[in-house]
Amino acid sequence: MTDTLLFTNIDEPGLNTIDVYLARGGYEQLGRALKMEREDLITELSGSGLRGRGGAGFPMGRKASFIPKGDMQKYVVCNADESEPGTFKDRELIQKNPHQLIEGLIIAAYAIDATINYIYIRGEYDQQADILDAAIAEARERGFLGEKILGSDFSVQLELSRGAGAYICGEETGLLDSLEGKRGNPRLKPPFPANEGLFNGPTLINNVETLSAIPSIIKLGAEGYAAIGVKDSSGTKLVSISGNVERPGNYEIELGTSSRELIYDLAGGPVDGRAIKCWFPGGSSTPVLTADDLDIGYDYDSIAAAGSMLGSGAIIVVDETQSVVELAYKLAKFYSHESCGKCTPCREGTAWTFHMVERIKEGTATPMDLDIMAAVQEQIIGHCLCVLGDAMAMPIGSLIAKFRDEFEAEIETNRNERERKLAEEFAAAEVEIEGISA
Amino acid sequence: MADAQRHVARFTNDSRIPGWDRAADLTKEPAVVPDAATTEVPAELRAAIEDAVRRFPVGDSAFIPALYAVQEQYGWCSPEGIEQAASVLARTPAALTAVATFYDMFRMEPLGRKTVYVCTNISCSLCGADELLEALEAELGEAPDVHIRGFECLGACDIAPMASVNGIYVGPIGLDQVPELARQIVAGDDPLPAKQLIKRPCADPKVAEK
Ligand SMILES: Cc1cc2nc3c(=O)[nH]c(=O)nc-3n(C[C@H](O)[C@H](O)[C@H](O)COP(=O)(O)O)c2cc1C
Ligand code: SF4
Ligand code: FES
Repeated sequence: MTDTLLFTNIDEPGLNTIDVYLARGGYEQLGRALKMEREDLITELSGSGLRGRGGAGFPMGRKASFIPKGDMQKYVVCNADESEPGTFKDRELIQKNPHQLIEGLIIAAYAIDATINYIYIRGEYDQQADILDAAIAEARERGFLGEKILGSDFSVQLELSRGAGAYICGEETGLLDSLEGKRGNPRLKPPFPANEGLFNGPTLINNVETLSAIPSIIKLGAEGYAAIGVKDSSGTKLVSISGNVERPGNYEIELGTSSRELIYDLAGGPVDGRAIKCWFPGGSSTPVLTADDLDIGYDYDSIAAAGSMLGSGAIIVVDETQSVVELAYKLAKFYSHESCGKCTPCREGTAWTFHMVERIKEGTATPMDLDIMAAVQEQIIGHCLCVLGDAMAMPIGSLIAKFRDEFEAEIETNRNERERKLAEEFAAAEVEIEGISA
Repeated sequence: MADAQRHVARFTNDSRIPGWDRAADLTKEPAVVPDAATTEVPAELRAAIEDAVRRFPVGDSAFIPALYAVQEQYGWCSPEGIEQAASVLARTPAALTAVATFYDMFRMEPLGRKTVYVCTNISCSLCGADELLEALEAELGEAPDVHIRGFECLGACDIAPMASVNGIYVGPIGLDQVPELARQIVAGDDPLPAKQLIKRPCADPKVAEK
């Protein structure tokens, strides 16, 4: 594929300003969408096969069709929290082409008749939030936001809201609570946000990349868009490739491209010709795959068939020199820090897993601990309110399953090392303990 | 040796949970909504909070912007600042504190205003982030008004290992650049201008072709 949709003109200087965006045909698709009947527009979005790009991969048009009709206040909330480790695609879209997102969001808002809308951006994206704020102000000034836009009878508002550092606010209901000014604790579902979301109103929540794809869908038509990619994974996808590769970065690919091509041809593969130990296909929350899985197509169903998930489209490559224990340590540390604490299996399970990996590192673990650790992961999966718990349990479970010997070897090495040090300490202190000698 | 066997961190009074060692003062009445007529609030702080209130249909939604405004005013979410914000929002200080403590970017102690987050999550640590954090901490030492900490994935794994200096993303940072970066942080200069993310072109070759 040589063509780009989301990344078209992305590095053009000034694309973040409305004049350049308009000169490149910006907001034309909004004009066309406003002339369509709402139902036809939703049919068009469904027909494109666009699936959510935030993690769960739920069909976007179908989600929009769940929003009840009627004259209650409805909302579109754009999820720009982007905090899944390894993911940085939304950042590039917001920073370089904020109007594409705004245009897509207004089209979605029109489709479900939402007059009040929000973009929730993670607090750390300070520079990007300033750019987006300026873009929203421009769109308002030029009449793309506000009362009766472009001569239609649709009035629409959009506000930017900044988070303040919490991974869980990327989970859609945690995000809603945060937007309502609370601690970002996920809600019990159902009710789903489509029925009862922000301020109890029907709410359509979509990721930045999902909404940014909408103008291209209107432009190409549902069929034109669906023709790109493979069955049940239509369109282009931004992949964030990072970790041990030569050329980390965001790449726009046609869904279904081979994973090897992404990692080796686009990102240059691991440095110094090292081999790949494992890779996360969709952010740190997805089960790891190995070098044997490199030839699978990068699309929702193929990655699922290989036992993992496409997630947010973030590939993290780990080369052969890295320790799996260290990986598990970073994972457990992250999820235990970010667990909101609402459900016991997640709050305790992530913390215990972290302490158990710490024990491996300290040399106080035994191989039996691995079984306990694996069992803890199984007890987390499916037993929590949101999937943050699973998001740790799945990759750690997969690491233990696929690299058990490495864990065992490291447990052994670290234990021996610790015993050697203790023996030295005892010898130095002239203490004698049966069974331990220097 | 006793130390080596202690896996669980302990805080004051042998508490396992930070904060739980601070006992409630039972002689004090619970804090009520501060009286707006008698609570003095700096004009900028009031203006910032009132602006936030206007942007949402429900007042509580202004909590996070209000806390940012307090932090901007005092350098941290000080009890005094929270009291003032509570008076403008007509909520109890506890309601605001409860929200503030949930989020990593709110400082509940008077730490430095110059904030440096070094990402130590997976992609960055695969590229040497732990060493970077250690080196930068050592280089900064006890520099006044600087608050440095390891942070979760900042959404910039393409420039690993990286740091956010007062919201400006820089990377990849080589260990040889640590002294220069530390000097810029202390002096309040633009951090590593050539390495700022905002100036980085897209990696995708299809973009460059055009
Ligand atoms: C713990 C957790 C974190 C999440 N973080 C994000 C995120 O940062 N950005 C995002 O778009 N979706 C995130 N999601 C997924 C959202 O819950 C939701 O599925 C998504 O925003 C829906 O938009 P989409 O259908 O366009 O993908 C997260 C989910 C969970 C469980
Ligand atoms: S699974 Fe974890 S993060 Fe999600 S609601 Fe439960 S405790 Fe909170
Ligand atoms: S892992 Fe460091 S920015 Fe993502």
